[in-house]
Amino acid sequence: MAVSGPAARTRRGLSLRARRTLSAYTFLAVPLGFFLAIRIAPAAGALVISLHRWNIVGTDQPFVGLANFREVLSDRQFWQAAANTLRYAAAGIPAQLALGFAAALLLRRAVRFRGFFRTVYFVPFVTPVVAAAWVWQWMYSPNFGPLAMIAGRLGLPAPLRTPALALYAITALVVWEYLGFQVVIFLAGLEAIPQVYYEAAAVDGARGWDLFRHITVPLLNATLVFSVVYATIVYLQLFTQVLNMTFGDPGGPLGNTATIVLYVYTLGFQRFHMGQAAAATVVLFAALLGVALLQLTVLTRRVEY
Amino acid sequence: MRIAWRACLVAILAVVLGASVVAQGQPRVTITYWQYYFESKVKTMDTLIAQFEAKTPGVHVVQETFPYDSYNQKVASAIPAGQGPDVVNLYYGWLPLYVGSGYLQALPAQVFPTAGIEREFVPMIKAAKFDGRYWALPTAVRTLALFYNKELFSRAGLSRPPVTWDEFRADAQKLTQRDAGGRITVEGFGIAPNGQDHQLLREILFRQWGTAAYSADNRRVTYNNPQGAAALAWYTDLVTKDKVGVIDFFPGGNGYRDAFNAGKAGMIVDGSFAIGAIQSGAKFPWGVALLPRRTAGGAPSNFGSFWVNGISRKATGPRLTAAVAFLKYLTSPDVQRTWLRQVGEIPASQALAADPKLAQDPVYGPFIASLPYAHATFFVDETAQRTIMLDAINEVVLNHKDPKAALDDAAAKEQKVLDDFWSKQAHK
Amino acid sequence: MARTLAPRGPTGLAASDRVPRRSQAGARWRSAAAYLALAAGGVVVVFPFAWMLATALKTPQQIFELKFWPSAPTLDNIRQVLLATQFPRWFANSLGVAAATTASVAFFDSLVGYTLAKLRFPGRDVIFIVILSTLMIPTEMLVIPWYIMSARLGWIDTYWGILFPGIMSAFGVFLMRQFMAGVPDELLEAARIDGLSEFGLFARIALPLVRPALAALCIFTFLGNWNAFLWPLIVIQTPEMRTLPVGIALFSGEAGSSWHLIMAASTLAVLPVLAVFALLQRQIIEGVVLTGLRS
Repeated sequence: MAVSGPAARTRRGLSLRARRTLSAYTFLAVPLGFFLAIRIAPAAGALVISLHRWNIVGTDQPFVGLANFREVLSDRQFWQAAANTLRYAAAGIPAQLALGFAAALLLRRAVRFRGFFRTVYFVPFVTPVVAAAWVWQWMYSPNFGPLAMIAGRLGLPAPLRTPALALYAITALVVWEYLGFQVVIFLAGLEAIPQVYYEAAAVDGARGWDLFRHITVPLLNATLVFSVVYATIVYLQLFTQVLNMTFGDPGGPLGNTATIVLYVYTLGFQRFHMGQAAAATVVLFAALLGVALLQLTVLTRRVEY
Repeated sequence: MRIAWRACLVAILAVVLGASVVAQGQPRVTITYWQYYFESKVKTMDTLIAQFEAKTPGVHVVQETFPYDSYNQKVASAIPAGQGPDVVNLYYGWLPLYVGSGYLQALPAQVFPTAGIEREFVPMIKAAKFDGRYWALPTAVRTLALFYNKELFSRAGLSRPPVTWDEFRADAQKLTQRDAGGRITVEGFGIAPNGQDHQLLREILFRQWGTAAYSADNRRVTYNNPQGAAALAWYTDLVTKDKVGVIDFFPGGNGYRDAFNAGKAGMIVDGSFAIGAIQSGAKFPWGVALLPRRTAGGAPSNFGSFWVNGISRKATGPRLTAAVAFLKYLTSPDVQRTWLRQVGEIPASQALAADPKLAQDPVYGPFIASLPYAHATFFVDETAQRTIMLDAINEVVLNHKDPKAALDDAAAKEQKVLDDFWSKQAHK
Repeated sequence: MARTLAPRGPTGLAASDRVPRRSQAGARWRSAAAYLALAAGGVVVVFPFAWMLATALKTPQQIFELKFWPSAPTLDNIRQVLLATQFPRWFANSLGVAAATTASVAFFDSLVGYTLAKLRFPGRDVIFIVILSTLMIPTEMLVIPWYIMSARLGWIDTYWGILFPGIMSAFGVFLMRQFMAGVPDELLEAARIDGLSEFGLFARIALPLVRPALAALCIFTFLGNWNAFLWPLIVIQTPEMRTLPVGIALFSGEAGSSWHLIMAASTLAVLPVLAVFALLQRQIIEGVVLTGLRS
């Protein structure tokens, strides 16, 4: 096209923006349809269910307004599960991030056997939860387990059977499992930092710690934000690990390891009170969304310039 | 040529018409049957279905099976979509939930008269009765008994299994082995509140200590009294004072049985459904005995349970007829005999269970002898009620709560569960 | 976000000059310490897995003998799982479902992530929040609506039925958006001026730059589907359609769990995945070095 001069640039600029919007929505059309039909619509269904007395196998499902929410919010077990869930997150997320970051940095240092070590640290993440949970129960076994023996040396009782410890004993399993995940994420993040930055900074005279503080950490920000937000979502939705660690008594002795999703599962699928289970899910969803948005805002604002 | 052509046409027409008449005379009905996966059950059911189909032309039964641990969830999830089986295998303790919500149909009284059922089947099946009608029936039933390790017994100088609970405790103490640090290496009693012990407490210890767990109409909790507290204290003392067992000694949902099979528990209380697992797992001489009693001459008691087959509301018209016929077949004496032979479960019919040969069997005998006094708890919400009982035990064992206070708490919570259920029933 | 830290000096130094040199001894000492820490952590990390492996080689009796490694390892469990069950079929089903899902997720999620990170258009932030919010709905709550939908559309007991809920993942969109954000705008702008189409910018410029993240996403998606239990359990009816986790769940029953078989089957399910990871991890995680920004 033989168009030239400032006029052409304006026209191209305008049409460029429109074109970009058009291509954006073209790219998004199928995914948006998917998320709306397969995720949002069923979730909205849960909202509707939460306003009904909805026995899962029942035939009549009368509208009950906010009765399910009242019932859930006045249930001691719900609050216990909520408090537990926060404890899992408070203990597990920092541990997972710190250990994952340390392992990733160490792996970057290792030149020889790097692949071998990377595979080793990835192993927990591929171990099926059912198998892992059984082995961990052995390790905590009050009479035979090495971890229980260590706890005993420290003057602590059998971790899984002690209300004050059981939750953290399961947290350890979850951190162990997600360590491999976290390492891969951090490694990908570290690899994505262009070497040129290090080279440039090195030429400017920056050394070890300075490089780490001024290049690695800021440039890893997107990875960190992702890790924090995603770990929060994982920990606030813990379920499978908890269920498998205390199979005969889901939620552990006296409900000390129960989580919100376990509460939802028991209420909905074991006891068939789907209306209340849906109400608890709506509460969980609102809390999660709030926390995630807060994290995104705070974390992104602080380091993104 | 022409005539031949016409004749041919007529012949074809006749064949087609004839075939369709035959097909209409015997419409082919397909019904679906669901049970959880257990190899011998699935295989036995396959042969039973083949026999049933041979006897009932025109009916085709499809069996579908799912993992045991998630079976209830699988059934429940299929229902809101209008999917799922015509005939379904359910744990009896879930029945009130399924019946109360209208998922199951009552069994037609012409085929399954109430009086006939109660004459024919062992008494515990009354737990499947609801609103004066039966909603499902079992092929087989189970009770509890004491499994004991004969090798550990003789090493401890014990010649026979205990008859009273006092003897049981004394034996358990003798059977318990400890290492130098005082840690238990062999349990005298493989204690497992989340195994069968919560049932043991509810239907056996409470009764023998002088209190029923619930009122006769199943609407009130009645164990929160001194007798109930004494029974709970006796049980929890096994862990806290006598120290003859450790909760979660072995990992996994059935660790107590694994411990027994590994020769690390002298005795366990387990159901007849465990016979097969112990037969293949335990590589030492072992025996089965009646559950002990409070005193040698005291009243025995037992916990009975069973899986039932019921007809879902999905089965209508010809499918309902076929489902009823299939259920009739599954509860027939012939099938019960096959089931005993191939799956190893005790027949639900009184007459079959009374077979002297069976009663004298060293393994099956104690389970069968317990049938007349086995109570199947009427659970309105099995998950919740089970958790409440486990919590009561754990409150005492872990938090050193007074047994009476623990039971008062449990009773208040369980009463609420019962009230919730019955008030919803009243609304209908 | 990288702008303030844009290189200030000349670039393109040789790799050997990259790391500032200190005393040789100090570096060696530090590297030894790093290896020691890695090895110690590795032992702790791999121990439960090794226990699973050892258990798979024990007889049912040996499992409870409390010895880590069996005196006489047996392949009976492995043999039984392979020959007496439909394990090969479960394996094939899982492989097909996980592979198809991974391919779909890799394409759509990176495209959506790129669009949300690099294209400016009205509604962008809302769309991101909406997609992200779907991460916060527990699957437990979705299975019944999915089941009802599948029943209406005839998807029950089909491969499509097993995999349709996973063909895109909000997790992946989030991951790819974070990594796509790090792709320099200048690079895209330059390519745009060179006449590359919007899709070309995504496929030819952005995608190669986030290869480590894409590789991570593929690994996680594959594993997530490899281990998925709840939805497959609900939607599968016939034995032929069972996936690995649903099949392995059959080893747990009312009369206890056959741990020797569970461990053998879990081992058989995991080892191939691990082997692929071990073989490919260098290429996938370090992919950027070959294609990336250094040139």
